[in-house]
Amino acid sequence: MVFRIMALLHSALAGQPYRIVAVHHSAQMPECARQLNELGFMPGEPIVLLRRTMPGSDPLVVRIGASTFALRAAEAACIDIVPDTENE
Amino acid sequence: MNESRVYLHPTGPLVALVGNPNCGKTALFNRLTGSQQKVANYAGVTVERKEGRLTTPAGKKIRILDLPGTYSLYPRSLDERVTCDVLAGNALGEKRPDLIICVVDATNLRRSLRLVLAVQRLNIPFVIALNMSDDARRRGIHVDVSALSRELGVSVVSTIAIESHGDAALRHLLDEPHIWLHGTNPLAGTDTEQADIQLDHDRVQQILKNIGLDHITPDLKSERIDRVLLHPVAGPIFLIALLFLIFQAMFSWAVVPMEWIKDATSAMSEFVTQLLPDNWFRSLIVDGVIAGAGAVIVFLPQILILFGFILVLEESGYLPRAAYLLDRLMGAVGLSGRSFIPLLSSFACAIPGIIATRTIPNARDRMVTMLIAPLMTCSARLPVYALLIAAFIPQRTVWAGLELQGVVMFVLYLAGILGAMCVAWILKRLTATGRQVRPLMMELPTYRWPQLRNVLVGLLQRAKLFLRRVGGVVMFLTILLWFLASFPGAPEGATGVAIEYSFAGMIGKALAVVLEPIGFNWQISIALVPGMAAREVVISALGTVYALSATGPAAAETLGPVLAQHWSLPTALSLLAWFVFAPQCLSTLATIKRESGGWRTPLISVTYLFVLAYFASFITYQCARALL
Repeated sequence: MVFRIMALLHSALAGQPYRIVAVHHSAQMPECARQLNELGFMPGEPIVLLRRTMPGSDPLVVRIGASTFALRAAEAACIDIVPDTENE
Repeated sequence: MNESRVYLHPTGPLVALVGNPNCGKTALFNRLTGSQQKVANYAGVTVERKEGRLTTPAGKKIRILDLPGTYSLYPRSLDERVTCDVLAGNALGEKRPDLIICVVDATNLRRSLRLVLAVQRLNIPFVIALNMSDDARRRGIHVDVSALSRELGVSVVSTIAIESHGDAALRHLLDEPHIWLHGTNPLAGTDTEQADIQLDHDRVQQILKNIGLDHITPDLKSERIDRVLLHPVAGPIFLIALLFLIFQAMFSWAVVPMEWIKDATSAMSEFVTQLLPDNWFRSLIVDGVIAGAGAVIVFLPQILILFGFILVLEESGYLPRAAYLLDRLMGAVGLSGRSFIPLLSSFACAIPGIIATRTIPNARDRMVTMLIAPLMTCSARLPVYALLIAAFIPQRTVWAGLELQGVVMFVLYLAGILGAMCVAWILKRLTATGRQVRPLMMELPTYRWPQLRNVLVGLLQRAKLFLRRVGGVVMFLTILLWFLASFPGAPEGATGVAIEYSFAGMIGKALAVVLEPIGFNWQISIALVPGMAAREVVISALGTVYALSATGPAAAETLGPVLAQHWSLPTALSLLAWFVFAPQCLSTLATIKRESGGWRTPLISVTYLFVLAYFASFITYQCARALL
């Protein structure tokens, strides 16, 4: 296994393939992690950031599996990702 | 009212359709049951319950229940709670289904499979309808039906809900006796809420790997469209143009059918007037029932046009994108983009708007949306605006070909929207939960062409619900108010109009004391009383008060000059301001009560709207008097 740098989803590069490594809780939005899990944001999922809304890059549009979601920057901050080498 | 009654059909097994939102479940339900549907509410809650009947090729009669879409069997919203209760056999007055058809979106297997695993644990026989398989193929996703069936150990059939005969395989499958038997499922009986979300996830990952689908599937077509429609500049411009088109359509296309309805109403009144002797009963039928129902039914064309647009946009996948574009704006006042759809519906009528708040998972956002929905200018205010503007605002061009009357109309719409935003903003500042970050997490579905059939079925349901309301609440209130306005009759030798001596007249005079500082005379105050049933009734009420014999459209034509004589301009402006904010429709309040499940929200609503309206009218009246 190659060492890969972990990052938060809202700092991802648009159009680059990533995989989710963790979805963690946030004090600001207590329900966030569970709701993200239910929608399919789970460790191991491939994910791509499609676009940021200008100005302020909030909300974000991401593609996961075969569906597209709009996420608030605060929601995206709950998602840890690593670059996906398999999909490159 | 028996809206909350659940109908029990004694014959035939019960099949429940379960699936994610946007998986084409309702389209499949429409395809399976055709027009044989019954729409009601679940007992005790206000979630729409849709049941239909189906006869299989072998002649087996089956009842089919379309359950609200859900992502898991761990409920987040009211809709999802209903699905869980029905499947667990806990729903009031509802039998536990004999078979579940799990509708799986072939374009989004990963998410659908998690729900399938949860369904598998319920210990109810189930089959999988792999829906939208044509769409999946087009997008380069090839799902191997037999491999999937092998992995899960259940029957899987492909369906294409939007094509005729796209449900043939499923209909035939329902005749297979083995699918109705309880299998020996190793997962069955495990408690859903305690199931490990991680284990399910691993299992889904394994299944997807085994059938060769564990990778990101780009949606190039939607991505290309989004490049324009979600563009930071082009996107909002397109949205504004679209909203403009919708409003234009609502007000110009609806004119002709609305005239037909008005003509039919007056023809009916005339016919009954000639048929019956001149007594209180004729007055009840003509002035109460026909005029009352006609005054509300006349808005059906506008409501259908608006909902036609909303249904087409919903089917095409654009509506969530509009909500996404407006999210920043809504976020500034403490709401999320999800409130956009209910608020848009409220421009036709606040009632469907308030019902549409069910799709907002956050309880606080839902309540705030319900509170501000009545501030969106509904079509019932239009006739009043039109009458007062025509009577008091001079017809002249102000700037670059803009008509002053049109500008005033636009300002009234804007006042409602700005008022709503202020209220939401104040609620955001004042409440602790208001300052939390609002969740968004909204799916932007693949664009697809709207299916005429689904739009028509949707419109038909809207029309039925609306007409049933006219037949129920509105009819009752109209008759009650007719009674108040007609009894007791004028005493012998009375000089004034009969209505002055009635109960409504007494109420009006009492109200006039309070309403005098905002420029309302007792005639206006009387008219506001029947206006509680439906805003537009105010026009015919003013007509009666000013002793005009004509009713309906004729009253609106001749009433203008009379009002211009009797009222000052500040009074007219004050009444317009009143109409922007005042809670004047009992059906809206009744809907808020039903949807929020208590008296608290409607009471808050009615209080703050009255305070706001009084304030706005007071400022308008006093300023206008000082300046003009």
